[in-house]
Amino acid sequence: MDDLTLARSLFGTTMAFHIIFATLGVAIPMMVLVAEILYQRTNNREYVIMGKRWTRAFAVLLGIGIPTGTIAGVQLSLLWPGFMEVIGRVMALPFQIEMYAFFVEALFMSIYVYAANRIAPWMRIASLILVAIGGLASAVLITNVHAFEGTPAGFRISGGKIVDVDPWKAFFNPSFLVTAGHVALSAYVTGAFTIACVSAFKMLKNEYGSKVYKFHQRALTLCLFTGGIFALLTALNGHESAQKLHEYQPEKLAAAEGLFETQTHAPLAIGGFTDRKTEEVKFAIEVPWALSFLAGNSFDTEVKGLNDFPEEFWPPLFIHTLFNIMVGIGSLLILIGLAAFIWTRILKKDRFPKWSLWLFVLSGPLAILGIESGWIFACTGRQPWTIYHILTTADSVTSSGNIGILFVLFTGMYIFLSVVVVLVLLYYFKKNPAIKDLEKDDSSNDVSIYT
Amino acid sequence: MGSALIAITILWGFVFIYAVMATMDFGAGFWSMIYYNRDKTKATNIANRYLSPTWEVTNVFIVAIVVAIYSLFPGAAYTLGTVLLIPGSMILLLLTIRSAFLVFSHVADHYRKMLTYISGISGILIPALLISVLPVSHGGFVDFSNGKHTLLIRDLFTSPNEYAFIAFAICSTLFLSSLLLADYSKAAKEWDAYKVYRKDSMILGPITLLSAFFIMWTLKSEAPWLYGKMMDHLPLLLVSLLFFIIGGLAIYLPKDKNGMRGYPRAAVIAVTIQYMVASYVYGHAHLPYFIYPDLDIQSGFTDPSSFRAVFTIYIIGFLILFPGFVYFWSLFMNDKRYVRQKSE
Ligand code: HDD
Ligand code: HEM
Ligand code: HEM
Repeated sequence: MDDLTLARSLFGTTMAFHIIFATLGVAIPMMVLVAEILYQRTNNREYVIMGKRWTRAFAVLLGIGIPTGTIAGVQLSLLWPGFMEVIGRVMALPFQIEMYAFFVEALFMSIYVYAANRIAPWMRIASLILVAIGGLASAVLITNVHAFEGTPAGFRISGGKIVDVDPWKAFFNPSFLVTAGHVALSAYVTGAFTIACVSAFKMLKNEYGSKVYKFHQRALTLCLFTGGIFALLTALNGHESAQKLHEYQPEKLAAAEGLFETQTHAPLAIGGFTDRKTEEVKFAIEVPWALSFLAGNSFDTEVKGLNDFPEEFWPPLFIHTLFNIMVGIGSLLILIGLAAFIWTRILKKDRFPKWSLWLFVLSGPLAILGIESGWIFACTGRQPWTIYHILTTADSVTSSGNIGILFVLFTGMYIFLSVVVVLVLLYYFKKNPAIKDLEKDDSSNDVSIYT
Repeated sequence: MGSALIAITILWGFVFIYAVMATMDFGAGFWSMIYYNRDKTKATNIANRYLSPTWEVTNVFIVAIVVAIYSLFPGAAYTLGTVLLIPGSMILLLLTIRSAFLVFSHVADHYRKMLTYISGISGILIPALLISVLPVSHGGFVDFSNGKHTLLIRDLFTSPNEYAFIAFAICSTLFLSSLLLADYSKAAKEWDAYKVYRKDSMILGPITLLSAFFIMWTLKSEAPWLYGKMMDHLPLLLVSLLFFIIGGLAIYLPKDKNGMRGYPRAAVIAVTIQYMVASYVYGHAHLPYFIYPDLDIQSGFTDPSSFRAVFTIYIIGFLILFPGFVYFWSLFMNDKRYVRQKSE
């Protein structure tokens, strides 16, 4: 393999690993906040226990989220110095502001975890809100750099030099808000369904009607509702992301849908594989006219096909599958949330059938798969560019060599850490089962629970 | 010159803050390993009490340094990124293992000993690697021929100057952290731990000073340009030495009203000033080069309008964050309830 392929593999692996912990790091504080708010409204102490247990898991996940994020940030300049030279001149603001988001998160996270029993309850909630805002802001800001790569703005290249730099115009590049919104919303989806996964699994392991079962059922319902709502919002916003692609990166949309000929009333292909030779999507279900509608809210919208672009600039055609996986999972998660709502609130059933619990267990890994495929779709679909139509990936990469060995070392470490973090979580929650917290809570009526 | 000089000063500030915080952070991790089996002295507890809330904040500073380099000096980012790929990656690997196991060691009590050892050992190697950036920047270890930039790793690791810096980094880490932990355990009234850390700092102080002389001595032949320019500031170097001596006296001599020797708070302050003065001299002498003699701050400097925007953000962000830092400090460094909590 050449250095470029190796660098791409290394960076892609780092990001794919980091994103799992980062996404949960954005989402869990928000879920804890929801639990805190529900506690204030219902006075049901089970919500407090939930929040406390989720915070513990969050603190462990941070132990990987923070160093791998540090790797991501440093590897950007180690592996893609050509890219970072442009980013440094034009798009430094989001990174800079992100530093402050990290500081806010780190400071108040420590305060929330290590000083909880010494600060006033309102200060505890304020710290939690600041942690949630810090996590959200860091995700939104880094995503902005990614948005800029697809829709660069705020500078010109003249004679090989960068001129007319307007950093704020770069900051508010055309796809910033839509992309950042998509990442934030999909992170909340993932957080909610990941917790739902754990709760559903615990319900399967515990006797129906027991205290622990009821506790997990409450958590599960909470997560399915929140997750369902955010899944719906994600899909609406994803629709808008697709329209941005239509407007700014038409070849990416064409590749995502396997569309070769430019046309109005373009069909939407679901499933199947794009065949380069016959220029069609094999084994797909075609929804007539839907793509045109998706792209421009009208069946008359003309959607550009790949043949309008030189083949060397085509994104890889397999991104069609990635796009399908993401959208498919998104739709399924909306259905799950909706079904749970109808079942418990409209049909007023108080027990989920066993098979549905297994489906909920599956929803967590599926949401993570959705995140992964979304990112790989977005990043690989941008190829061969790091900055769309301005800088190629080949011109961004380091010239220093030796990347193969680094790839092996980093990947080995990620695998090792994945195993260890799972073991640590299992160990901790086995030693501190929910029943212990529930019983301890019964026997004491102190208000400070974060000790 | 103006803007680039402001920018390099900001960068220097970040590097200095990180250097001090990180030495204390990595050192605390190391001490908590060393005294792991000595239950009686509570020395490990003290180290952990300091370390638990601070490591995340410290870590943000290293990210801040990297971000400051590529947003203020994007031209230098290219060369630095290429040259530092291997050492940078090694640092990242160690840093990740260290942080992850540090967190795990607080959660999985049963395996705490092993986890503390892993994070303690990887932590002490990090400063040694981090400081290797300095000799690289002195020139001679980067091959700029035929348009490529290559780090001459073998040359670097056979240079006595490199080892002087490594020795200095490790000694400083242990010295500064033991001094800080002495202060911290005194505030906690953990007298056994205090005695242990005070003794460590009394031994390590002179050794650290020796390693600093060793750096100057090797610098003279390895990077004469830098040595010469540093010697132009001889009076400041002597001031720095003076503060070291003040710090030393403060830890060795005075007796407080309980008859306990040493006044570690004063020593911490004096020694921090000493490091600040010395690194000012070093940084000033290093100007205008990033990597001598091929890369200077002017050629790598960012676009002026970007600099204005970034600089504004620095000011605003600092103003917003400052109260947060003060609150943090008051909760973990200054709150007797935290510092003196009963050791579990
Ligand atoms: C649980 C996660 C998840 C779910 C359910 C969805 N997405 Fe998504 N999607 C992401 C997670 C994600 C992501 C990981 O957050 C991406 C990758 C890069 C980005 O900006 O967001 C993304 C990117 C992304 C892009 C590419 C943007 C670009 O390349 O610039 C489009 C067009 C969509 N999404 C559209 C959708 C639609 C129509 C969905 C309908 C259900 C959907 N996504 C559900
Ligand atoms: C966190 C989730 C992310 C994942 C899973 C991810 C995945 C990937 C993958 C798989 C590649 C290799 C692409 C290829 O060569 O085919 C890549 C490249 C890249 N990504 Fe992403 N990415 C993520 C986030 C980001 C973000 C937030 C940014 C912007 C700051 C970004 C910027 C880049 C750059 C600069 C490259 C290298 C050049 C390139 O191949 O275009 N990525 N990423
Ligand atoms: C190239 C892309 C990325 C880079 C360079 C990057 C950088 C970083 C860094 C440096 C940290 C550690 C912060 C610290 O020291 O406290 C971090 C953590 C984190 N990142 Fe990423 N990140 C990237 C992608 C993402 C994405 C796409 C998201 C969100 C969807 C995200 C969200 C987070 C969160 C929530 C954390 C956890 C802890 C914290 O904020 O301190 N990151 N990231």
